[in-house]
Amino acid sequence: MSHTTRVLKSEWTKVRSVHSTIWTLAAAVVVSIGLGALICAVTASTFDDMSTVSRRTFDATYTSFAGMSLGQLAMIAFGVLVVSAEYSTGMIRNSLAAVPQRGTFLWCKVLVAGPLVLVVGLITSFCAFFLGQALLGEHGVGIGDPGVLRAVVGGGLYMALIALFAVGITFVLRSPLLAFAILMPFFFLVSNILGSVEATKKVGQYLPDQAGTTVMSVVPEALDRPYGPWEGLLIMAAWTAAALIAGFVVLKKRDA
Amino acid sequence: MIELRDLTKRYGDKTAVDGLSFTVRPGTVTGFLGPNGAGKSTTMRMVLGLDAPTRGDVRIEGKHYGELKEPLNSIGALLEAKGVHGGRSAYNHLLCMAQSNGIPERRVGEVLEMVGLHDVARKRPKGFSLGMGQRLGIASALLGDPRILMFDEPVNGLDPEGIHWIRTLMQHLAREGRTVFVSSHLMSEMAQTAEHLIVIGQGKLLADTSMSQFIAENSRTHVRVRTPEPQRLLDVLTTEGLRPAAGAQGALEVDGGDAARIGELAAAHRIVLHELSPQRASLEEAFMRLTAQSVEYHGHAPGGVQAPPEGAQVAPGAPQPPPEGPQAPPGGTQAPPGAPQAPPPGGQQAPPPGDPQGPPPEGPGWGEDWQRRRRR
Repeated sequence: MSHTTRVLKSEWTKVRSVHSTIWTLAAAVVVSIGLGALICAVTASTFDDMSTVSRRTFDATYTSFAGMSLGQLAMIAFGVLVVSAEYSTGMIRNSLAAVPQRGTFLWCKVLVAGPLVLVVGLITSFCAFFLGQALLGEHGVGIGDPGVLRAVVGGGLYMALIALFAVGITFVLRSPLLAFAILMPFFFLVSNILGSVEATKKVGQYLPDQAGTTVMSVVPEALDRPYGPWEGLLIMAAWTAAALIAGFVVLKKRDA
Repeated sequence: MIELRDLTKRYGDKTAVDGLSFTVRPGTVTGFLGPNGAGKSTTMRMVLGLDAPTRGDVRIEGKHYGELKEPLNSIGALLEAKGVHGGRSAYNHLLCMAQSNGIPERRVGEVLEMVGLHDVARKRPKGFSLGMGQRLGIASALLGDPRILMFDEPVNGLDPEGIHWIRTLMQHLAREGRTVFVSSHLMSEMAQTAEHLIVIGQGKLLADTSMSQFIAENSRTHVRVRTPEPQRLLDVLTTEGLRPAAGAQGALEVDGGDAARIGELAAAHRIVLHELSPQRASLEEAFMRLTAQSVEYHGHAPGGVQAPPEGAQVAPGAPQPPPEGPQAPPGGTQAPPGAPQAPPPGGQQAPPPGDPQGPPPEGPGWGEDWQRRRRR
């Protein structure tokens, strides 16, 4: 068994052996699907009251993902806790004493957390989509409609990337308190404001979540972005890569 | 074997570890002694590659820590008691450590059995007592059955039974030919466990010697004699070339004297003796003298003597701690002339140094916060 395989196994044991994993991921699934369903149900019942413009640019797919704006916070919490628990408990010293190759340590953590959040993200987006469309009824779309499958798969990728972004940032910040205090308000409020207010939109729309959500939209007019859905996701992936590399540099340089 | 060469760690302009060079050898328990803040933990973290040295290096069996692919099979360490996720069961904590180093899973059960935690293996360490936490840390150090073991303050927070257990374990591990490196700020603890001593203060090496040599060099032995006729005995001893001095409560103290000879002299001159006892300054006092120059903080302890740490015991043969309140050190141990003396508590005037005939200094009682004292 290679060194990397062993460290992967060890990191998997770490992830599966704490309650916070199941709680945060379950919260992400439940909140995203539940809130999405609620919004879809409300939209369906008030569809006829909407303006003509709103009806014309109505994005049924995107609407069924509305719960993700809150559900992503649980994904971020997962990403923060996977890393910050090492620091807040002092486990990091044991971990690095066992695996002094810090790069291997970090990337194995990412390789364990990544597929896990991707699977959870995909489950979330598919469930949210089908439940949402069922509730939207005649206003809904099918998975076979143009761009819809891409948006649903993209929703899963989005959830995975946001969690990994949090992983990278927490490796930089090292403290759970700091990581939560920065990431939560940022993704819940700040980035949404920056991305929609006219004055800051030009820059704000390149923030990770603002760019990433583009992949979930099927009706381009609804978001009005200068880049396409895949480009949007790519921008987000670049942010995530940058956060992880920053985390790697900090981990490598600083004393544990 | 752990080899340190010119190991130095600076934090800003503060030097935590200052040019340490020494070798920790297999087959014995090596005590790593120093007051709080002397740099012991920093040194140990550098041994494990957790902190990067500013200068110098450490080698484990000739290799840098980062070169070890399965470090737990070479060196096992217990750092501060924490270092465990409170929500991950003891079993899973050890399992993830084991897996990262290719250690078979059955070993997890073995070490849990070894440290007596098998009953709580599936429990979360959040509810563990300090002692159980230490045992879990030791279990993880033993996982890879390593040739080198390093324990940072392993007896902290343990009850007497736990202390005894760790002591026996360390000696057992050393007898198996392993390298055992253990830090403590309690000389009395080391005296019972370690055969070799490395003493540091303010990050500098103060002593690297065998325990027996340290005892011989640093403890002043004398004989205490009590008699109803002190003047006669004084004359007799002085004519025999001995150097008696007035001790506490009317006793005479004969530096470097031989109890048998003093007894025979007294008998020959028909002098009644009420007490004739060889005294040895405690190692704690020797350690205090050695590190007094280099202790980081200078603290006063107006509240008198603190209770000795739980479970701490005085080395056999050493004077027992006074029951309460600051008193003259038991056994009338005076600091040798010119040696730094601990300032008395309560701001009393210390006797002028360099006066060997003066009354014994009102030094702090055993266990007082001496480690935070600096003589300038």
